[in-house]
Amino acid sequence: MSKTTPSQTVGPFFHFGLTDNYEIDDLAGTQAEGERIVIEGHVLDGDGEPVPDCMIEIWQANAAGKYDHPEDRQDKPVDLGFRGFGRVGTDPEGRFHFRTVRPGPVPGRGNSLQAPHILVQIFARGLLKQLVTRIYLEGEPANDTDPVLHMIEDAAARSSLIARNKGDGHYHWDIVLQGENETQFFDA
Amino acid sequence: MSDIPGYRLVTPDSAPAHPYPDYRSNPLRVPKRPLMILPHTLSEVTGPAYGHESVKPEDADLTRQHGGEPLGERIIVHGRVLDEDARPVRNSLVEIWQANAAGRYVHQRDQHPAPIDPNFTGAGRCMTDDDGYYRFVTIKPGAYPWRNHHNAWRPAHIHFSMFGASFMQRLVTQMYFPGDPLFPFDPIFNSVTDEAARQRMISNFDLDATQPEWALAFKFDIVLRGREATPMED
Ligand SMILES: [Fe+2]
Repeated sequence: MSKTTPSQTVGPFFHFGLTDNYEIDDLAGTQAEGERIVIEGHVLDGDGEPVPDCMIEIWQANAAGKYDHPEDRQDKPVDLGFRGFGRVGTDPEGRFHFRTVRPGPVPGRGNSLQAPHILVQIFARGLLKQLVTRIYLEGEPANDTDPVLHMIEDAAARSSLIARNKGDGHYHWDIVLQGENETQFFDA
Repeated sequence: MSDIPGYRLVTPDSAPAHPYPDYRSNPLRVPKRPLMILPHTLSEVTGPAYGHESVKPEDADLTRQHGGEPLGERIIVHGRVLDEDARPVRNSLVEIWQANAAGRYVHQRDQHPAPIDPNFTGAGRCMTDDDGYYRFVTIKPGAYPWRNHHNAWRPAHIHFSMFGASFMQRLVTQMYFPGDPLFPFDPIFNSVTDEAARQRMISNFDLDATQPEWALAFKFDIVLRGREATPMED
């Protein structure tokens, strides 16, 4: 049995504590190495209605595939112009967007290599515990051999992790909390 | 690359029930498809060092963010952030937000007809030190009504957000005060069905840390997930 402090909902009134002053929707700024990409989408509930009181946080490697963290011992450069962490609240229409760089590939378990991906946590009124998922980018050749995508047998569930390439570095990715096109979430 | 130890999964007794329909906002937002186990990789065991560059000492004193003193009962809220093996979680961001003494949030969508306090915003942040210790000075928040069911009131609470040492240690929770008569009636508190786990969300009155003639103290230790001893098997 765990000895952890249990999770509780972020509630409806988190904005003044978490996102009004401490939002990071641009991870790349002007200094980061790598190709700029924008990820945008909606958060939708089980009725297909937008979720306006949701907070999304992301964590990703830099363009070289290096995490700015002591446990990443790869011989790759940390990019001081890039912050791997982002945090935004959804707007009244349930929309969100991040501007970042295309992450490089990172090692997986064993000797595997993971396709470029972004780790995501979702907090909202109604969610007693955060949801965890990943974003992959449509058109990345490495998606075909990615161990996590490979693990998801259901094609629709696998597809829910892949942001659609809209061209010009823009990707569309909806978070569907529940229903027909439900996003695959992880017990992580 | 050799495998890195992941973080231990939280057992169901220590987590809120999933789904939990007594909390009316839950049924339309909780996923129906089963969650899939995600074996941890470098992506999961790393995480942001966030806040170091921007946290100021005065951010930890919520009673000194305006021209005058806020109304209500001044309190000290302090404790340690630890992992399950009792190791301190060092140099990591703790964020809090809360209602004022009257049970009202500054949030524009809070419609509770209780007064706003012009001297109290109710948001604070600080970094844990080398012992995992943190300390805030604030005002004891009031209970407030919500529309979950007839005559629904939230027990007094402070929202807490912890970053830990990895993105998988990230925790958002609520700290409660000892002996609150509203505990039996609150679906959010009771979404954690294990009695011992619920107790871990309740702070303890701390006479030793209470400052005479000035403020009562409450101690709230927070336990984040511990590490697997060896890398998880595939
Ligand atoms: Fe609250």
